[in-house]
Amino acid sequence: MIQFLVHDAADDVGVAVVDIEAGSDCSGRNLTTNESLKAKSTEKIPLGHKLALRNFAVGDSVTKYGCVIGRVVQPIKAGQHVHVHNVKTKRWA
Amino acid sequence: MAKHKIFAFRRENGRVGVRNHVIILPVDDISNAACEAVANNIKGTLALPHAYGRLQFGEDLDLFFRTMIGTGSNPNVAAVVVIGIEAGWTQRIVDGIAKTKKPVAGFSIEGKGDIRTIAEASYKAKEFVQWATELQRTECDLSELYISVKCGESDTTTGLASCPTVGNVIDKHCESGGVASFGETTELTGAEHIVAGKAANEAVRKDFMAAFEDYTNLVFSQKVDDLSESQPTKGNIAGGLTTIEEKALGNVEKLGKRTKFVGCLKPAVAPTTPGLWFMDTSSAAAEAVTLWAASGAVIHLFPTGQGNVIGNPIEPVIKLSGNPKTVATMKEHIDLDVSPILQGEMTLDQAGDALIDVIVRTANGRFTAAEALGHREYVLTKLYRSA
Repeated sequence: MIQFLVHDAADDVGVAVVDIEAGSDCSGRNLTTNESLKAKSTEKIPLGHKLALRNFAVGDSVTKYGCVIGRVVQPIKAGQHVHVHNVKTKRWA
Repeated sequence: MAKHKIFAFRRENGRVGVRNHVIILPVDDISNAACEAVANNIKGTLALPHAYGRLQFGEDLDLFFRTMIGTGSNPNVAAVVVIGIEAGWTQRIVDGIAKTKKPVAGFSIEGKGDIRTIAEASYKAKEFVQWATELQRTECDLSELYISVKCGESDTTTGLASCPTVGNVIDKHCESGGVASFGETTELTGAEHIVAGKAANEAVRKDFMAAFEDYTNLVFSQKVDDLSESQPTKGNIAGGLTTIEEKALGNVEKLGKRTKFVGCLKPAVAPTTPGLWFMDTSSAAAEAVTLWAASGAVIHLFPTGQGNVIGNPIEPVIKLSGNPKTVATMKEHIDLDVSPILQGEMTLDQAGDALIDVIVRTANGRFTAAEALGHREYVLTKLYRSA
């Protein structure tokens, strides 16, 4: 059973493909390299939501699909939920 | 792609349609009542009420006429009754549709009133529907279908599963000589460089970037420096999409891995050659699909994450989803479940072939979920206010 997928080798977030509970040991797969991955969640991550694969500081970029998808506005630790509360668009702003 | 045979309607101009509608088309908002009365009198006809058609001007009026004439000209339509308040614009739409050589007749209300117009139009509609219901499907090739693609209520599963499944079909369809179109101009924000890189040549790339920048300028001209109230939508955010860039990068998975797009179209303009075309459309589902139907598209592929329910009166909309929750909770809306991709239990190639199978069955006459549920959203794109 896979808990998260990663689009590209350069990505620093994974996508939950099941509802992940806080404190879970998660198995993942990189869709580009087919590499198996491990991560530990520190928060609840609903299906479809993103899991941080590294620590981020305010101002860092977040990468998914090998492309920048936004900027960090609150510090994020590996295993935390990445979403609108800690990441904003770099466009239209 | 292996040749896929379908049984469909070859129209007078050689184009292939998968439905056989007799439509009652209002020229303007105030003719909706008469059109609906005719459709009520004559079974098997379909009225297409809409909100506009009076005092439009300039580019907005051009788009209006393209949409009306294009809707009537769509190969999924066998014959058309046009009803307008006055004779001039009614005849203009009749003449435009008549270029396809399909049966079309116009009626105008001024000087006659609704009741006599409805009676005259009903006699003609009865004649058309009896003629159309005798038409037979004939063997055609799947590559003769013009397919449009657009996703809605996207989430992160859209970029993982349903959009790349559509991309797989786009590659196969265009390689076999088919015509296809994508659009959703604002929803490409953050992935416009990827789209630009898929242009077949420099002229196409420039046309695309001009359309993209035009839409971006429109956003800024409204004194909105941030579309984040509507892009991503509340539904997108609930599904885990955080920014427009992330949404766009999932969206463009629909364009396929190998296909280059061969040209850019204004809204509701028909492609002129096989291959993939960009159309400058809104990202609102009903508006965009109405524009593609008016450009002649006969089947629409609609990936959804959180569960958009859209349909179109003349262009069947096939929905696929990679979100296992949506597939379970909104199953009556989903034509193809591609959620096994998330666990690696289905490859994109297998999902693409499963989608082609659904397209073939739909082309042969099977109702899509949206057709069975009666979704007939016909929404005109309005560029600016009327005079």
